[in-house]
Amino acid sequence: MSDVILSARHLFKTYTQRSGRLGLGSTKIHALDDVSVDLKTGSTLAVVGESGSGKSTLARCLLQLQPLDQGEVLFQGVDLAKLTAAELRQQRRDMQMVFQDPFASLNPRMRIGEIVAEGLLIHGLGNADEREHKVIKMLKRVGLTEADMKKYPHQFSGGQRQRIGIARALVLEPKLVVCDEPVSALDVSIQAQILLLLKELQQEMNLSYLFISHDLRVVRHIADEVAVMHRGKLIEHDTVEALYAAPKQEYTKNLLNAIPGRKGLSVQTA
Amino acid sequence: MTELLRIEGLTIVPAAMPERMLVKDVSLTLQPGRTTCVVGESGSGKSLTALAVMQLLSKQLKQISGRVLFQGQDLTTLNHEQMRDIRGKRIGMIFQEPMTSLNPVLTVGYQIGESLTVHLGLKGKALKARVASLLEQVGIPATRADSYPDELSGGQRQRVMIAMSIACEPAMLIADEPTTALDVTVQAQILKLLDELKTRMNMGMLFITHDFGVVADIADDVVVMFRGEIVESGPVAQVLNQPQHPYTKALLACVPDADGKKALQPIDYAWIDGDGVPA
Repeated sequence: MSDVILSARHLFKTYTQRSGRLGLGSTKIHALDDVSVDLKTGSTLAVVGESGSGKSTLARCLLQLQPLDQGEVLFQGVDLAKLTAAELRQQRRDMQMVFQDPFASLNPRMRIGEIVAEGLLIHGLGNADEREHKVIKMLKRVGLTEADMKKYPHQFSGGQRQRIGIARALVLEPKLVVCDEPVSALDVSIQAQILLLLKELQQEMNLSYLFISHDLRVVRHIADEVAVMHRGKLIEHDTVEALYAAPKQEYTKNLLNAIPGRKGLSVQTA
Repeated sequence: MTELLRIEGLTIVPAAMPERMLVKDVSLTLQPGRTTCVVGESGSGKSLTALAVMQLLSKQLKQISGRVLFQGQDLTTLNHEQMRDIRGKRIGMIFQEPMTSLNPVLTVGYQIGESLTVHLGLKGKALKARVASLLEQVGIPATRADSYPDELSGGQRQRVMIAMSIACEPAMLIADEPTTALDVTVQAQILKLLDELKTRMNMGMLFITHDFGVVADIADDVVVMFRGEIVESGPVAQVLNQPQHPYTKALLACVPDADGKKALQPIDYAWIDGDGVPA
């Protein structure tokens, strides 16, 4: 199956949470409960769900940032859990992540040039000149300038920081990018810019996106396929058109009906 | 006089930088039983406007002009004592973060009852009965009065906040992004609840939001703010369907629609940064 870049088979993950008064009891939370999902090369799979549905756990487990209880993750046909630390690091070059909070995900004491170049340095790609050349090219591509390399994160707005986060992920020319709520913290005008940028970059670099989001309006615009998670289970998976037009599960219907302004705003055509 | 609230020429500046206007010459009105949404992006001045109505601006900020007429009374001329009598009693407030707005070491019943004791002098059985009825009005079983905030979900906490804010049956409710931190299905429930309460109690609601979807669901009238100024206002159908101002048009064009029918169009800020707000 060469057209599938990432394949998850029967993933299980349980957390133990303190519960009851004073936290004396404990409850098991099934964050992932037999989740299987495929991501097609060059496409965008959105994982949607409400808080606590397990969507972020799924993202972290897929990237091996958190150990699974059970199940396997095949990336380009390779079972990631079977790799040594060094081999996994090799694979990580092809699997990058863009985070939600553009304020927390950039080291405040590093310059932008260093932040974006760090991945190249870690993976030992190119010499100093080549790295700088790549960083400049990437920054320009995401709408920043060469001069921005010398600046620190606090000198940028939320939208610009998210561009930096994208540049950091894409400078390694990955194949898979996991975007965990990348536009949730942004104003709607900035959100539109970032979504369009992500779409353009996907085309240019043939990227596959796993897009974690709770916002069904955003998902409608970015995704090719949508997987709906609810209480650790993947309850519905379909193309974006089919899922929005004819959701099969009651829960999905409720989610879609709860989108604010669905009737009022759809009349509006700008 | 049917007007509940009339803001006239409100201007707010940082005390240390009086030339920089954060809210500039803002005027709006609110009728009983209606909802006015103030919509804008971060930094547009929408929350400051709400805080100014309550006279809760921080000391670093200064209101240099404007009147805030609430039921005909100019709130800007009142002292702390008089203002305290209005807040919570005649004007209710709900904020964005239901997690941080509740005191974690007090039961929710106590917190709902507090304003009833302070403003209306309710005690004992009468207080308990009133708290129970308020909880039921917002869709929480009355037995939950003895629960602590951490035992409730985010949506329930926001319901508790709403119960607190309507406890004294205020004439006006100010809601600053009350559903932003909530899941979409919970958000829909809370919006419905607020709308029902507004109608039943004939409250005027000043609703601050950044989300045009929420505006479409809850507003009667809309005020669009941009960089401290109102750029457009009017009935909700008119503003959403026939926006007049270029900023409103641009902002609406970047809202993704749930049907995926329109192309996203980011705002070109060049014209804004060049000449300020175009006419």
